[in-house]
Formats: sequence, C-alpha cells, structure tokens
Amino acid sequence: MREELIVSGRMNHLVDPNLHIWHWHIPLYLFLGGLAAGILFFASLYTILGKENEYRTAVKIAPFITPFILIIGLIALFLDLNHKLYFWRLYTTIRLESPMSWGAWTLMVVTPISFIWCALNIRELFPRWKWPHSLLDTAEAFFRKNIRTLSWILLIFSLILGVYTGILFSAFNARPLWNTSILGPLFLASGLSTGAAVIIFMSKSHRERMVFARIDLMLIGIEIFLIVHMFMGFLASTQVHIDAASLFLGGPYTTPFWLFVVTLGLVIPAVLEFLELRGFRVPHLIAPTLVIIGGFIFRFIIAYAGQESRWLY
Amino acid sequence: MRYAMAVDTKKCVGCSDCVVACQTENNVPIGYCRDWIVEVTDGTYPQLELEIRSERCNHCDNSPCVRCCPTGASHYSKGGTVLVTPDECIGCGACIASCPYDARFPHPDGHVDKCTFCLHNRVEKGLKPACVSVCPTKCMYFGDLDDPNSEVSVVLKKRKWKTLIPEAGTRPQHYFLI
Ligand code: SF4
Ligand code: SF4
Repeated sequence: MREELIVSGRMNHLVDPNLHIWHWHIPLYLFLGGLAAGILFFASLYTILGKENEYRTAVKIAPFITPFILIIGLIALFLDLNHKLYFWRLYTTIRLESPMSWGAWTLMVVTPISFIWCALNIRELFPRWKWPHSLLDTAEAFFRKNIRTLSWILLIFSLILGVYTGILFSAFNARPLWNTSILGPLFLASGLSTGAAVIIFMSKSHRERMVFARIDLMLIGIEIFLIVHMFMGFLASTQVHIDAASLFLGGPYTTPFWLFVVTLGLVIPAVLEFLELRGFRVPHLIAPTLVIIGGFIFRFIIAYAGQESRWLY
Repeated sequence: MRYAMAVDTKKCVGCSDCVVACQTENNVPIGYCRDWIVEVTDGTYPQLELEIRSERCNHCDNSPCVRCCPTGASHYSKGGTVLVTPDECIGCGACIASCPYDARFPHPDGHVDKCTFCLHNRVEKGLKPACVSVCPTKCMYFGDLDDPNSEVSVVLKKRKWKTLIPEAGTRPQHYFLI
C-alpha cells in the first residue's frame, strides 16, 4: 500500500501540481474548428447532391460566418503559443505524426476555400456586387465551373478538420482521459451537430429547419452512443483509465459534464427537436442554442479534465 | 550508441545536489528545474519502505514528445538523447502534454525546456552530466548502453533495475536500481 509520495525540488510553472499547459485557447480553437467543419460539410454535401436551392441557408448563407470563425480560431491558436515569433515554423514543416501539424495544414486548406465559397455566394447578400478587377471575374468563373471538384475537396477537408479536433487530444497517450480514439468521431459528430444548429438558427425556411432538426437529432443520438461507449471503454481498461473516467463519475467534473453537456446540451435539445418534428409547437431557437452552448462547454471540460488525468507512478 | 542513466535508489539520500548542479550548469531559470527528487513511502506504519529517486527526462527510445512536435523542434540527437531546438519551437505545448512523466516545462523565454543529459555542454567534451558528477553518494551512472564496458552497462548487468511506467510504451532510458 502506498503511504505517501513527496516530490521535492520540482514546482515547474504550468506543470505542477497539475498540468495546465492549455487554457481557454485550445478548446475555443477546437470548438470553432468543429463548428466551421460542420457548416462547410453541409454546404459542400448539398452542393454535390445538387440541392443548393432547396437548402439555401446551408449552402449559401451559413458559410459566410466560417471565414470569421476560422480566423478567430487561428488567432486563439496563435495566442496559445508561448514562442509566438516562431509561429511560421508550423508552415515550414509537414510532420505526419503530429496532429498539431495536421491541424495547422488542414486549416491552411479549409480557410482559403471558405473565403472562395463566400465569394461565390456574395451576390446572395449583395445582389448588385461587382468585382473591382476583371481577374476576379475570371477566377469566379473558374471556380463556378469547377464547383463540384471544389465541393469534394471541401467535403473531405471539413471531415478531416472535424475529426482532427478530437484526434489532437486522443493522440496523447500520456493523458488517459484523452487517449481514446472515440474522441475523433465524437468531436466530429459534435462539430456537425453545432453546424446543423447554426443552420437551423439562420434558416428562414420551415422545411429546411425541419430537415436539419432531423439531422441534428440523429447526430445527438450518435454522440450519446459514443459517450456511453467511451465510458464503457474506460471502465473496462486499466486503472489509469478507470481513474480518468471517475473524474466524470463522482469526480470534480461530474456535475458540469452530466448537467451541462449531456442533459442541457444533448438530451433536452433532442427532446425538443423530436417534439418539433412530431408537429408540436416549440420555439425553434431553443434547441440549437442549447446544442451550441453544450458543444462549447464539452470542449472545455475535455480539455481541462484531460490535463488532470495522468499515469500513476 | 545509446546514452542512458541509472540511479541507485538504495544509495540516493534525496539531498537535491543533482537538482542544484543542473540549475547552475544549464542556467535553468529560477523557479524551474530539469530534474527533481521523488520520495515514495510504501506500506503502513510500522512496516514502511522508502524509495528515493532522482528523476529527469527519460530520453525515451519511442518518444511521444518527438512524435507530436509539429515543427521538428523536439528531436533525437546523438546517442538517442531527446533535445529541443529553441529556435524551432513555437511553444505549442503539445510535447508537454504528451510526456507521461511531466518532464518538460515551458521556459519563460517561450520555448520548451527539459533535461538534455548535458549532451553539448559536457558529454561531448568527455565529461559526465552535471548531476552525475556532483552526486555525493555516487549513486548515479551514465554512459553508452551499446558499450558493454561502460559504467551504466556494467551496473545494469550486476543489479536489479526498473524503469518508470514502462506500460506507457515510451521505452524510457533512465533506469532505477532497486
Ligand atoms: S521522458 Fe518525456 S520528455 Fe523525456 S523523452 Fe520521454 S516522453 Fe519525451
Ligand atoms: S512546444 Fe515546441 S518542442 Fe514542444 S511540440 Fe510544440 S513546437 Fe515542438
């Protein structure tokens, strides 16, 4: 039986007594990345399916916010760096083994496409828009001609971005709570769900809202399924994983997680969307608002709790 | 060549000389350290057992910190030592989160810092790492594992040893004689 463990001479800032190397920046960056991935996924998907006009908000309106959220996300990532002057080093190397490198490069692909996407739809907002230079007209014609290829590229990279937001954590064997590959699909589902929520929020068409409520309901179902699986996996694993799970099962994160993320962020919106689909009159902004807030809190809880989970020795 | 270190937990008294020597030799900023002392008491009174360890980066053979670094700042150097190049490090913290031993810390200058086995400043000049050379009980051994006659190879053959959390899969190269 272990009586006591004393560490002397080590009190490294941000490492002791508990690792706290990542603050609000990384979870915010991951939340915004997932949200942008969700919106761009639906935009490209419905373009490929040829339903641009049926789902006008999803394809043409909601993507307008993605360049902003991606840029805010990149600023958050930048602020998180301790050696800011060397930021450019991220873009002089590609390291396939490093999720950070993957993410930086994926954003380098997705962010410009999100700008192009907005440019192609600019007349939705400003019907009399004219490009100041004929070169830009040529560029627009070029992208319009190749919209299918562009959509496929965007579809694939938005999925990579969505999965990456979870993989960034799950690649860390050293933090048992993060070290589960379920975080990849879970964060992807959560990102798609927040994306769908934003579309419901912005859409003026009842039909479009109903379709996205159905999609969101399905995604919430997937998330709950994955969360249950994550805990089953932890509880069937080694002691360090059981300890990690217990942060949420009686530990300090129990209330925030089960109340804010699961109940308010998943279960209640699912019930509201279900009732709405059944024809009950429910104020349609409540469910998407809760989904977005729940997704936001979820990233923070996983980021903070993960840094508290550790190996025993 | 494979540099490794061994610490005799039976001889270490936890005096922290190694910690201070490292801070002096490597100009470690005040309030930080690259090595530290762990004292573990096992059992219930009066059946107690005490183990004292001088710990630092394990210079793992399969280092998650090198793998997750997006810029290549964390890298393997001579003899498998794991080093950080400050001018390539962006301070993202990924390597700090990836180390199961919490051996790394953010240097106040922005980059990440940790034990270097004193590779450039001492070992390449034929000296031993600062911590090894000051230890008053001579409980630390350093050398090349590929050389069967190096002091670390010899002591690891003679004595029982363990590494810390081998189940984390990092193949640590810091041994503890037990
Ligand atoms: S102990 Fe930590 S910092 Fe050192 S090589 Fe191993 S994983 Fe990297
Ligand atoms: S903090 Fe520096 S050494 Fe560590 S992973 Fe990031 S760039 Fe690499």
